[in-house]
Amino acid sequence: MQCGPPNAPCGRWGGEKILEALVYLCGFSAIIFVLGIFVFVFKEALPVLTNENFSLSQFLFSSDWYPTSESNKRYGVFAMIAGTVSVTGLAMVIAVPFGLGAAIYLSEFCGQKTRETLKIVIEFLAAVPSVVWGFIGLTVMSKLIVQYTGAPVGVNVLNGGIILALMSVPIIVSISEDALKAVPDSYREAAIALGVTRWQLVWRVLLPAAKQGLLAAVLLGVGRGVGETMAVLMATGHAVHIPHSVLDSVRTLTANIAAELGEAPAGSDHYRVLFLTGVLLFTITFGVNLIADTIVRGIRRK
Amino acid sequence: MVNVTASENHIEVRELRLSYGVKEVIHGISFDIRRNEILGVIGPAQSGKTSLLRCLNRTIDFTPDTHVSGTITVDGEDVRRVRNVYALRRKIGMVAPLPVGLPLSIYDNVAFAPRSAGLNRKGELDLMVEQCLRQAALWDEVKDRLDSLGTKLSGGQQQRLTIARALSHQPEILCLDEFSIAIDPVTTMRIEDVLKELRRHMTIILVTNLTQQARRLADRTMFLWKGEIVELDTTNVIFSDKPRDSRTRDYVEGIFG
Ligand SMILES: Nc1ncnc2c1ncn2[C@@H]1O[C@H](COP(=O)(O)OP(=O)(O)OP(=O)(O)O)[C@@H](O)[C@H]1O
Ligand SMILES: [Mg+2]
Repeated sequence: MQCGPPNAPCGRWGGEKILEALVYLCGFSAIIFVLGIFVFVFKEALPVLTNENFSLSQFLFSSDWYPTSESNKRYGVFAMIAGTVSVTGLAMVIAVPFGLGAAIYLSEFCGQKTRETLKIVIEFLAAVPSVVWGFIGLTVMSKLIVQYTGAPVGVNVLNGGIILALMSVPIIVSISEDALKAVPDSYREAAIALGVTRWQLVWRVLLPAAKQGLLAAVLLGVGRGVGETMAVLMATGHAVHIPHSVLDSVRTLTANIAAELGEAPAGSDHYRVLFLTGVLLFTITFGVNLIADTIVRGIRRK
Repeated sequence: MVNVTASENHIEVRELRLSYGVKEVIHGISFDIRRNEILGVIGPAQSGKTSLLRCLNRTIDFTPDTHVSGTITVDGEDVRRVRNVYALRRKIGMVAPLPVGLPLSIYDNVAFAPRSAGLNRKGELDLMVEQCLRQAALWDEVKDRLDSLGTKLSGGQQQRLTIARALSHQPEILCLDEFSIAIDPVTTMRIEDVLKELRRHMTIILVTNLTQQARRLADRTMFLWKGEIVELDTTNVIFSDKPRDSRTRDYVEGIFG
């Protein structure tokens, strides 16, 4: 290797070496942290897996959650998996069309001034803390839901889904808007010169060209939905129950951990099962990311 | 020179002025383009050649804060007043300096405009795609891989693909904006042969930096300089020893510019 540009002192090269090592370290520390968290969570959960009173299939497929029962403790989180899936699913059904639509409007249809104003509003939405969202769900939304649907309680899948949708929309909008803006203007000019309307331009050129970024936006939204705790804890009713309609109350995996970890005695089976739930969450998000990665890579290869 | 009747003019430009913001870049130019001629447009960088083309198909509308005055008529119709601007744009094929392959397959690139205009029958599309690719002298090279991405072609092939695409909506007018800027001389010659073929049934506006290209192809040549027409005459006159304006001679001989 050469020692920098001919007239540069060799000391600089040494400096670059150190910088390079630092950057390397930063990159690796990310992996170390992720592994570290996984190992810690898994280590806390591990003993319960070998416990004879515990069965993994019961954990995954039973909805009997009686961690504090005197005579017959049962740890089945199926209802909470259903809760997480239903709330996140509903949130995405609302947030994805809404978010993509807003992004398309912002990047292709609205004027400079409107765009700037709207972006400020959206960033403001993103800055609202999750407890505040939960509070809105608990008070405002739940009243509206009771009033308009006649449901007995207003904290349920619908409430949590709407709140979560409102929370994910800003992420989806800003990332998809970036993805659309990243499509070169020459594509727009070329397509317009071929006599297409603005809508055809969006459907036939911009969306296909930006699909990777749009997919990333949606999956980040899903990630947010699966991982969100506080707001759903407050807005979904916290009932261990497999929902049959959007007006049923549910409990999500995250809310369950947050609510019970404090009262479970450290080292008890209950405590370890909650950590196992953490491992499960980890696996779900890992799965989502893996799927996203595969899709994105598939698109790229084509 | 025979007296030209109005119907022979395919395009008429009158007192065209264009400004970006407060900066005027085209200063009231007037000229005609005749049916089925090749009009060469030469002139140094920044003289307003691209802007002129963008006024013609009204893609200038998408640049904010532009102001256009004067008239451009195509087939006697004022482009600023046409009822269907999409139909106007389909009447005009546009080839940009650097090839812009839409992120689609070769086939879909060529089928893009017809599909957008509502043509969806597979058989007709297949025929049309083949015909355009043949016209652009690209068919033999790509016929076995119509499904691969257009952007995977070489630069010269991509430029011919954009020509095929520009022909796909059967335009009456073809505008080429410095099409050979990024391609080799051999491919340039192939495309020039294609243009000689197309001139039979098309009006062609050939904007070029290579004055010799205008000399080889154009019937008439316009020298545009700083947003004004210095001279517009038959190519023979422009490239002779005695054009009317001495600046023309200096420019084509490479003395200034
Ligand atoms: N989008 C724009 N916004 C502001 N000014 C512009 C824009 N496009 C072009 N101009 C200005 O208009 C003038 C003419 O530019 P134009 O691109 O039409 O020239 P050109 O003859 O095509 O040049 P070239 O040979 O470099 O392509 C230039 O001074 C340029 O700076
Ligand atoms: Mg130009």
